[in-house]
Amino acid sequence: MSTAIPRVLLIGYGNPGRLDDGLGPALAEAVEGWGLPHVTVETDYQLTVENSAAVAEHDVVIFADAAVDGLPPFRFRRLSPRAEVSFSSHSLSPAAVLGLAHELFGAATEGYLLGVRGYAFNEFEQSLSEPAKANLGEALRFLERLLREGGFADAAKAFSGSSAEAPAPVNGVVS
Amino acid sequence: MVALNGKRRIVIEPVTRVEGHGKVTILLDENRQVQQTRLHIVEFRGFERFIQSRPFWEVPVLVQRLCGICPVSHHLAAAKAMDRIVGGEKLTPTAEKMRRLMHYGQFFQSHALHFFHLVSPDLLFGKPGDPFSGFAADVAIRNVIGVAAKFPELAVQGVMMRKYGQEVILRTAGKKIHGTGAIPGGINKNLSIDERDFLLKDVDQMLAWSRGALKIAKDYTVEHLDKLASFGSFESNHLSLIRADGAMDLYHGGLRAITADGQKIFDHVDYQNYTEYIAEEVRPWSYMKFPFIRSIGPENGWYRVGPLARLNTADFIDTPEAEAARKEFMAVTHGRPNNISMAYHWARIIELLHAIEKIKELLHDPDLQGNDLVVKGERRDECVGLIEAPRGTLFHHYKVNKNDQVVMANLIVSTTNNNEPMNRAVQKVAKDHLSGVPEITEGLLNHVEVAIRAYDPCLSCATHALGQMPLTVELRDHQGNLLDRKSKG
Repeated sequence: MSTAIPRVLLIGYGNPGRLDDGLGPALAEAVEGWGLPHVTVETDYQLTVENSAAVAEHDVVIFADAAVDGLPPFRFRRLSPRAEVSFSSHSLSPAAVLGLAHELFGAATEGYLLGVRGYAFNEFEQSLSEPAKANLGEALRFLERLLREGGFADAAKAFSGSSAEAPAPVNGVVS
Repeated sequence: MVALNGKRRIVIEPVTRVEGHGKVTILLDENRQVQQTRLHIVEFRGFERFIQSRPFWEVPVLVQRLCGICPVSHHLAAAKAMDRIVGGEKLTPTAEKMRRLMHYGQFFQSHALHFFHLVSPDLLFGKPGDPFSGFAADVAIRNVIGVAAKFPELAVQGVMMRKYGQEVILRTAGKKIHGTGAIPGGINKNLSIDERDFLLKDVDQMLAWSRGALKIAKDYTVEHLDKLASFGSFESNHLSLIRADGAMDLYHGGLRAITADGQKIFDHVDYQNYTEYIAEEVRPWSYMKFPFIRSIGPENGWYRVGPLARLNTADFIDTPEAEAARKEFMAVTHGRPNNISMAYHWARIIELLHAIEKIKELLHDPDLQGNDLVVKGERRDECVGLIEAPRGTLFHHYKVNKNDQVVMANLIVSTTNNNEPMNRAVQKVAKDHLSGVPEITEGLLNHVEVAIRAYDPCLSCATHALGQMPLTVELRDHQGNLLDRKSKG
């Protein structure tokens, strides 16, 4: 960490037109409303290579996404940068974006993944399910305290959701 | 993997986030010869229902939910359609040029992403003179991080070019995603002097990097032409929009279709009447339709769209460097249409260069600072909007009732237009490279992927299903016993 107050980038991503896949953007919108000066908020459908340039300009990046399974209301875990081989997806996983930031821009950004549990994904509709809304509220309470008080690594240990290592996200979906 | 009458089936299941579900099945006989191949793309046709009953003016924003990679193409195709609903299809100069600037920004970022992120790992790690060695290079380095490690300048250029295209979109559409810039009959903002100067600051750098990308794509294709000429290749018809004077036009024009040897099938067709010229065939094994030219029929009337088709249909390109590159491109096939699937990459980078030339030209045009933004005329209740998206021709067709609600929507996206060509490419590569092999190595699997990637399919446009399924290849004998299995995320 290069500063006492870390510069944090929060990227909430997903498609709000696909029900609970909009959890990431909804979370980003709420965080932006807090107006925290050390926090930059971005929203996107999916992660791509140019996100690595923004990641490299921050001390901490939090990727906020909908989780298709796992424990509610959310999980929060540390990411390791890694390479990725994909078929034809135009999107990258959070770990691959972090890897690019480290490899291309020499960054030492710490990466975290916040997966908010969702339940409905397979229809076109711009709304969150009621259980997903409840999970979003819990995640926001957790995140507000984290962003104001810090302690990212400790929080990742406490909220990874399981004593076992969480499964690696592939193509961005927390599974 | 299933045994069928003594034949073996190999299944490749690639699935991507918020994108669709694609699967390749390759059926082998008892002698391990490829008998049949099929590219399945699971289509979830929920989107047309989603926008029914919505006010027509919301549609250009709503359709961007279709795709995280080319939302601008859907935004503009829908806006062009809704222009006709309000009788405002003759845009003001400011409105048309702002939309074009947005569109060229989209082309620039999309083509840069595809070339540097998705394709360059296949092209950069092979032995000299042997492109297939690159397709089968060590998977540990054949990825974007591998490119970053060995060719860091190139990888940074890819990131920054993609970022620049997004900046153009931000300043024309209002947002990088879910832009609201194009509205029925025009545009809701012009380009301020500050915004213009911000974009001008880096445009020459982008032009220089585009020239560098062109050299890579051209040199690679020419150097390996003898082997690439047959890789996933076949003769086909080609279709695109074309300007009235025959120039390539990515934003507007009439429809031109040509045969594999360049004969015109139809020309300068008003796309409001596209249903008289194009039909869609349903096949029982595929969720995605197969478009074809009516006058030729489904068996031989299928066609290619996208960069290769556009280079083939255009008489010329109206920017100097891209036009010089087009002439070099056409010289390879002595002026005949180029039917080499792998030439899509070279064609795509010529368009990348064209897009940045047009961006520079437009940024110096004072019409972008005009204030006459919207026109309206006679109300209509049915409309078609067509645009050349980065991956090819994109059709939006709507009907609107007297209460301004959408009552019918039909979209034919670029990837659907290329459905049959992608199937042909898979079949050709499978027969040439997978027949008789004892196991499907990751490198051989990547040969099939390379052929599909040439078309830059965007499954999120063509399909709508969210899931988390890895790319899996299984090889079984004719009794159904598993011999080999490969997976990829």
